[in-house]
Amino acid sequence: MKHVISMLVENHQGVLSRISGLFSGRGYNLESITAGVTRDPTISRITLVCYGDDVVFEQIKKQLNRLIDVIKIADLTEKPAIHRELALIKVKAEPKIRGEIFQVADVFRAKVLDVGTDSMVLELTGSSEKIDDFTNILQPYNVTELARSGLISMERAKKTAKKTKGGKQ
Amino acid sequence: MSMTGAQLVIEALKSEKVDTIFGYPGGAVIPIFDVLFSEKSMHVVLTRHEQGAVHAADGYARSTGKTGVVLVTSGPGATNTITGLATANFDSVPIVCITGQVPTHMIGNDAFQEADTVGISRPVTKHNYLVTDIKDLGRVLKEAFYIASTGRPGPVLVDIPKDIQLHKTDTTFPQRVQIRGYNPLTKGHSGQIKKAAELLKKSKKPLFYVGGGLHISNSIGIFRKIVEKTNVPTISSLMGIGALPSTHPRYLGMLGMHGTFAANMGVMSSDLLFAIGTRFDDRATGDLSKFAKGAKIIHIDIDPASISRNVSVDIPIVGDAKLILEELYPILEKPSIDSWIEETGQWKKNHPLSPETSGDGISPPKVIKRISEVFPDAIITTEVGQNQMWAALFYDFKKPRSLLTSGGLGTMGYGFPAAIGAQIANRDRTVIDIAGDGSIQMNIQELATAVQEELPVIVAILNNGYLGMVRQWQELFNEKRYSSTCLARRPSCPPQCKEPGDYCPPYIPDFVKLAEAYNAAGFRVVNEEDIIPVLKEAKKIRNRPVVIEFLVSREANVWPMVPAGAGNNEMLLGEEDLI
Ligand SMILES: Cc1ncc(C[n+]2csc(CCOP(=O)(O)OP(=O)(O)O)c2C)c(N)n1
Ligand SMILES: [Mg+2]
Repeated sequence: MKHVISMLVENHQGVLSRISGLFSGRGYNLESITAGVTRDPTISRITLVCYGDDVVFEQIKKQLNRLIDVIKIADLTEKPAIHRELALIKVKAEPKIRGEIFQVADVFRAKVLDVGTDSMVLELTGSSEKIDDFTNILQPYNVTELARSGLISMERAKKTAKKTKGGKQ
Repeated sequence: MSMTGAQLVIEALKSEKVDTIFGYPGGAVIPIFDVLFSEKSMHVVLTRHEQGAVHAADGYARSTGKTGVVLVTSGPGATNTITGLATANFDSVPIVCITGQVPTHMIGNDAFQEADTVGISRPVTKHNYLVTDIKDLGRVLKEAFYIASTGRPGPVLVDIPKDIQLHKTDTTFPQRVQIRGYNPLTKGHSGQIKKAAELLKKSKKPLFYVGGGLHISNSIGIFRKIVEKTNVPTISSLMGIGALPSTHPRYLGMLGMHGTFAANMGVMSSDLLFAIGTRFDDRATGDLSKFAKGAKIIHIDIDPASISRNVSVDIPIVGDAKLILEELYPILEKPSIDSWIEETGQWKKNHPLSPETSGDGISPPKVIKRISEVFPDAIITTEVGQNQMWAALFYDFKKPRSLLTSGGLGTMGYGFPAAIGAQIANRDRTVIDIAGDGSIQMNIQELATAVQEELPVIVAILNNGYLGMVRQWQELFNEKRYSSTCLARRPSCPPQCKEPGDYCPPYIPDFVKLAEAYNAAGFRVVNEEDIIPVLKEAKKIRNRPVVIEFLVSREANVWPMVPAGAGNNEMLLGEEDLI
């Protein structure tokens, strides 16, 4: 099963290799890992997507927690969360078929970033599945390059008002 | 008050009350050794190999509970520590290992004696640091000691480039440590503790299963009180040995691949396994699909990642074993388990460990038993192999922290340097390394260290001329194809020799001469009746190491044995069980 973990870590050198080393050393499956600094420059947020049954996933979380540089872990697998990935796609586009590709891009709300003599570059943001679908549909036009950012995720904003003081939680 | 980075390192060690450093110098740590030259509060033990230094610090730490300190140079000095660090990491031993590094501006240039030390040591340490700014040095050292010694202890490596050692600084080290990602839980969940007490009260066939965590948390005292109060039979992992005296009526012995009949039958028949500070290692559990099927499991451990990893646990309790057991003690009630005590007692009585072994030559278990008689209160270290199992099974352990052995990594070459470290920390106790003839040669150079330090460490070599444990497997599972396990074999030997005999060439090295070459005392014991007199002779020597070579039965095997993949109750009890 696929799991998404979002975590806050010390913004040190070497933190990413501690985490990726943990996955390779213990034989866990890591699909993607992304990192970027947070509002607090001493802290980075890492989003990772991994595979494993429940027992393995429990271990992954515990082992990540053991790392001194890991400050907080949130398991977003089951929680209401927004997951986004960005893809840049270079596709063959002879002038006579450009129109078709524009149409497909439009349906997916992809942006055209660059057009050349016989190819163009598209940008798409969305769930990983949406990006899969888009690249599949573009396949017949001959996708020559694909760059995906890996997933970033965030828990959704709370939709219920806080109960007043004294009320049961 | 400005000082150099090197001086700051020593000040930091002083503030941690470090009295001994195990080390080996080199270009990238000269500034720190230079400060040590005139530092009177610290004794520097110069080992003969950096692996020896880490194992010695490990023996110092395991036998006392204090943090062991290592100081070595960059590159090869650092890479030589890796086996020692991995050994300590596996067995949760607090060590701070300081390595020199090439100057910061040269890092990454393949400078002379440069190695990516934090990269190489990352998977075998609890944590590690490369200090690139002198402002961080004091804090990092403070954190290193804190991390090494708290929670589940382990080795922490601090890599310090040479220019940082030479820079002047006004910053010192903080008094307190604040690490936002590291807050080891110590107190156990009271609700869980209550549940555990209730389960134990209702159990008909309870068993305590104890591991190294009991020694590490200094909870042997409270644990023994709990056993007195509840009368519950107890089994131990290799690392837990000494939790109860080996002769305690409720102690059933070590479980696992070479565990006792009573311990292995016990664990398979129990209805409640109460595990404390143990990892459920595969050498202890055998085939997991058959392990303790009828038992509910309570598991106390400081490391959440050790819980429900190999077996699924009914009542997990995360925290420090001592605090948890102290909270548990007053609410525990004695379960009514008379028939269980009777049953476990019968297993013990009907299937005791046998000190007899087949073949000519001294029986190795008998050597251990005699050692136990002549040195009843020794700290025993072991190498790895048959020697390790015989020491664990046949020495009568009484006190905590008295068996120092590489359990998790199984490092041949651990025992002797560990004995040196333990002897330095325990000047009045006898420290004995029970060794194999193969393993001892992996760190034999430390004889020089022991001689130089005037340490009366005893090295008892069970010389069977084989890498015995591997040979035992080859005998049992590879039709005696003794491939690369005979330590005497020459090209002139019969091809595919399957048996030792009169035609065997003399054994190398001559351990007695070797001891003498180092100015240590050397003895050879060929006959059983000479064991005790020689041990008594060794006892008189108090200012230098003693090497005793016991020529033991070459093909003696360790029994019982649970073959790999079998359940713990499918033991082979001796040669007679082989078809
Ligand atoms: C560093 C290392 N290399 C290899 C092994 C594999 N190994 C385990 S036991 C053993 C034999 C040890 O021989 P010896 O020290 O003579 O002990 P014996 O079993 O004969 O008592 C070997 C090679 C190991 N545990 N450690
Ligand atoms: Mg041997």
